[in-house]
Amino acid sequence: MEPSITARPQPPRIEVAARSEQAGDAKAKLTVRNLNFYYGSYHALKSITLDVPERRVTAFIGPSGCGKSTLLRVFNRMYSLYPDQRAEGELIMDGENLLTVKRDVSLIRAKIGMVFQKPTPFPMSIYDNIAFGVRLFENLKKRDMDERVEWALRKAALWEEVKDILGQSGHSLSGGQQQRLCIARGIAVKPEILLLDEPTSALDPISTAKIEELVDELKREFTIAIVTHNMQQAARVSDYTAYMYLGELVEFDVTDTIFIKPKQKATEDYITGRFG
Amino acid sequence: MSYITASNPLYTARKRKNVIMLSVSAMALSFGLFWLAWILATLLFEGGSALLHATLYYKMTPPPGADGGLANAIAGSLAMVVTGTLIGTPVGVMAGTYLAEYGRKSWLASATRFLNDVLLSAPSIVIGLFVYSVYVAQVKHFSGWAGAFALGLLVIPVVVRTTDDMLKLVPGSLREATAALGCPQWKMVLFVTYRAARTGILTGILLAVARVSGETAPLLFTALNNQFWSLNMNAPISNLPVVIFQFAMSPYQDWQRLAWGGATLITLAVLLLNILARVLFKRTT
Repeated sequence: MEPSITARPQPPRIEVAARSEQAGDAKAKLTVRNLNFYYGSYHALKSITLDVPERRVTAFIGPSGCGKSTLLRVFNRMYSLYPDQRAEGELIMDGENLLTVKRDVSLIRAKIGMVFQKPTPFPMSIYDNIAFGVRLFENLKKRDMDERVEWALRKAALWEEVKDILGQSGHSLSGGQQQRLCIARGIAVKPEILLLDEPTSALDPISTAKIEELVDELKREFTIAIVTHNMQQAARVSDYTAYMYLGELVEFDVTDTIFIKPKQKATEDYITGRFG
Repeated sequence: MSYITASNPLYTARKRKNVIMLSVSAMALSFGLFWLAWILATLLFEGGSALLHATLYYKMTPPPGADGGLANAIAGSLAMVVTGTLIGTPVGVMAGTYLAEYGRKSWLASATRFLNDVLLSAPSIVIGLFVYSVYVAQVKHFSGWAGAFALGLLVIPVVVRTTDDMLKLVPGSLREATAALGCPQWKMVLFVTYRAARTGILTGILLAVARVSGETAPLLFTALNNQFWSLNMNAPISNLPVVIFQFAMSPYQDWQRLAWGGATLITLAVLLLNILARVLFKRTT
């Protein structure tokens, strides 16, 4: 068992945990303590400490290369696919440090879904794209599976567009539809956390709006972390916002606070466009 | 005054260079095509008529001066190529899968890739001699199995290479997306990356079949030949390449005619396989 998180000394520089508790009413779903991450010898994340609140949307903003996507890839242990990448510190969900679990990481990833910047439909039918993930952990009857597929596609605001072409290849959809398909695939397995890595950067405004509405709807059931380059998007969809720069967490707070009166000068400069 | 005019010296020099390089490339193209067309034309001219005689397909290879066909050689070749492919393909696909999905850039994978490339370019006669020494010389008789093993050994490196290459073409984002659902790696390979790369892998297998169906040297040391109808893989077995080799070298005209017929048959079969591979590949990319 890991020692309890409160026993660990906190890095003094960032009093994130205290502030987020103050600001929000949600309890932490994912507790990050003193997280360091390395690509080979490159130190990409430096002592990150924050709480990702449950059933809220947390946005990660910051300039390219600041480590926000990297942080998301640590959350679901995606980095473990690559032997030269490693993470140190604590990443606690349900009292367990995900960085040191001995269980198969597949089980972690099944609980923490992820949607990527570019849509990645599997080379199979629309129906099977959704059912594939569900079949990994659930043995559903045909009717239950049909229901689940419809549920996921409805949630992702795609059902009306594809209900008559479920047998067609996922590749036959437009970019925006493919991305919503990927989101449907991600929620069909009913994860506890959904990580969205710039999910709308390749989409037109209409698809973007649909996905933002979806995020708003999904947070009733899921904990959501979203990386975005679009400041307005962060302001629109998130409850909490983290500003990162050069691998460090500069500021983390309720979104309104970050956007209206950030405590750090650096955050204010970035948000008002006076960055660089 | 604008620099952007048709008489700008940098522009005209670039245009001149383009014309020169284009003509050199066109010449290289026609040089290559010329020989290829000549080979095909000769084959069709010399062997085309033999292909039209039905006897080619149901009569056995004849003694000199007698009427005959290539039925036993066609059957033997088919038996060995099919068996060789069945031996080589699973090994090749699995080894290629290891390289692309598991070994990647590890020491073992790099070494395997290098050795595989060596095997890929090894003269086929070496493979023939190898099977001769480890199999034929031990059991003390030539056989169809030995021929099939030799062909299988030639199939392996081609299939390993194409499987490795084709799986590497599958974007990493697709693997990450699969892993993000909590999918174990073996399932990902089986249901996602194989699916994404299947036409490429299939093309590689077809190309390997095309390559081995014309191999003569390894069969000389392994299957040898058989004048009669035989599908016994444990005995010497007739096959097109060796029959072509023997008949073409002979002084008898009807043997030479059959050799041309066999050569044309193999070439057309390989051409067909290549076209099939291309059509398959195009359909999904």
